[in-house]
Amino acid sequence: MSGLEGLYQQIILDHSKARHGDGPLEHAAAEHHEYNPTCGDELTMRIRLDDAGERIEELAWQGDGCSISMASASALVDLMAGRTLEEAGERIDAFRAMLRSQGAGEPDEELLEDAIAFHGVSKYVMRVKCAMLSWVALEACLTEARATRG
Amino acid sequence: MEGMSSDTLGARRVADLRLDFPVFRDAGEHAPAYLDSAATSQRPARVLDAEREYLEHHLAPVHRGASAAVGRSTTLFEDARATVARFVGAGERELVWAENATDALNIVALGMADASAGLGGAEASRFALHPGDELVVVEAEHHANLIPWQRLAARTGAVLRPVRVDARGLWGPAELAAVLSPRTRVVAFAEVSNVTGFLAPVAELVALVRERSPEALVVLDACQSVPHRPSDLAASGVDFAAFSGHKMLGPNGIGGLYGRAELLDALPPARTGGSTITRVTLEHAEFLPAPHRFEAGTQPVSQVVALAEAARYLDELGMAEVARHESALAARMAEAVAELPGVRLIGPPPGEERAGLVSVVVDDVHAHDVGQYLDEAGVVVRVGHHCAQPLHRALGVTATTRASAHVYTTEDEVDRFIDALGGVRRFFGVAGAGEQTGVVA
Ligand SMILES: Cc1ncc(COP(=O)(O)O)c(C=O)c1O
Repeated sequence: MSGLEGLYQQIILDHSKARHGDGPLEHAAAEHHEYNPTCGDELTMRIRLDDAGERIEELAWQGDGCSISMASASALVDLMAGRTLEEAGERIDAFRAMLRSQGAGEPDEELLEDAIAFHGVSKYVMRVKCAMLSWVALEACLTEARATRG
Repeated sequence: MEGMSSDTLGARRVADLRLDFPVFRDAGEHAPAYLDSAATSQRPARVLDAEREYLEHHLAPVHRGASAAVGRSTTLFEDARATVARFVGAGERELVWAENATDALNIVALGMADASAGLGGAEASRFALHPGDELVVVEAEHHANLIPWQRLAARTGAVLRPVRVDARGLWGPAELAAVLSPRTRVVAFAEVSNVTGFLAPVAELVALVRERSPEALVVLDACQSVPHRPSDLAASGVDFAAFSGHKMLGPNGIGGLYGRAELLDALPPARTGGSTITRVTLEHAEFLPAPHRFEAGTQPVSQVVALAEAARYLDELGMAEVARHESALAARMAEAVAELPGVRLIGPPPGEERAGLVSVVVDDVHAHDVGQYLDEAGVVVRVGHHCAQPLHRALGVTATTRASAHVYTTEDEVDRFIDALGGVRRFFGVAGAGEQTGVVA
């Protein structure tokens, strides 16, 4: 089952149970709900910014879904806490590019850190959306935060 | 487990008939087990050949023009209708071609909406709904047999009255009786649930509706029954029924709507245009009787011809045999699955009658992950809500994993599903200590 172990790397299985950032968040600057109608997975992402409105001070999510989507949200929280909006946006772009690669190329470990474990997901077209769920939700939060910041 | 149970068709017979299907005939020894026939069935070469033969040698319009070619094509088209009508137990005029079951159900719902808006004259008034009229649908329905009724309610002021299911997703006459009233105008339910495998006692339910709700039309979603068991729609007493070609070894893009002739002749055609009419002026159109009043525009003739071949193929196998084979496979799956730790069987418990499918919830593992694991183990199943979100909500889950059989499904394939399913919880690290787990080959 080498294919399957490439998809479900230990770090992914661990994250799917650890669920970093799972929970509510007070005083959120932005909030976004994502729903995947094909499988019913859903997730609400919330972010709180620093006083300047430039840095993600804290992010948290609540949701329900498969191990890939839950693990991906957990890894996202580890990667994004403390980042500026720009840094976060750059990482979302890199993550999306990696998931669209269909297994090709080398992911940018410097940018994505542990989230490169999801590179294997890119070979499974039906699962790309699962991995993207929380990242798309965060992206929408960033857009909302930027709009309020003006 | 190479076995010959007395109730399945027998390993030899199934091995033989699998040769009729190019996908199985040409597959290597380690081909995946295809257990997603409830979504779409595989097609025998005969069906593919029939479509090609029509396209290569008989392609011409139907019911339009006067050439000999049109005559031949029209004869093939209408002969096919007669064949499929006989197969489902309908009169020839009682079978309308539709794109699929979804389309067939929409023809009824939209026709009733038109009647409610005053179209179709006095004869259509029996279909007209008024605010406060009631539409009864089962909580377990496929979205195809739910959303058209929601829309009809929204258009007319009628109200939707759900029949509730129990913790296994089951319901019956008592649950239906609880919502029937003299104001009930439609009762819509599936003969076989595509998620639970529950077989609705159609005759008993129809009798109940006639007694409690004399104004109600009974609409049967026969999408999972026509392909798998003997059907006699006229004898069943229902008013309308819908089915899809692609689930009965036939083509995509073709399905059927059965309706009692007197009802079809009075139901306004929601889609109109060429081929549906008698006399047309600039202001007005009059419509043909059924079935042609509903068949607007150029029809999918090659698919119709191929669907008739699929019906002939199934008829030759014998639908009672097909049903017995699939029920035996379902019983085998239900019994084995119920023994697996951490796996919850949806639908009738082992020992009770069920159609040829099982859906399960694996504790602490999402259905998508279950499906991925099974896929890798060479077992093709369906995961998700199977177009039945309200049912899944009632069961308290977002998604289930479904394995479904057809006449070509082998005991070996079913056993591979069970073995693989037994390994899921261990792989995802949620198996309890001492939990016995299956081994994936
Ligand atoms: C019970 C039931 N009803 C309706 C449908 C809709 O069939 P189709 O998509 O072919 O219109 C399906 C198939 O998915 C089904 O299983």
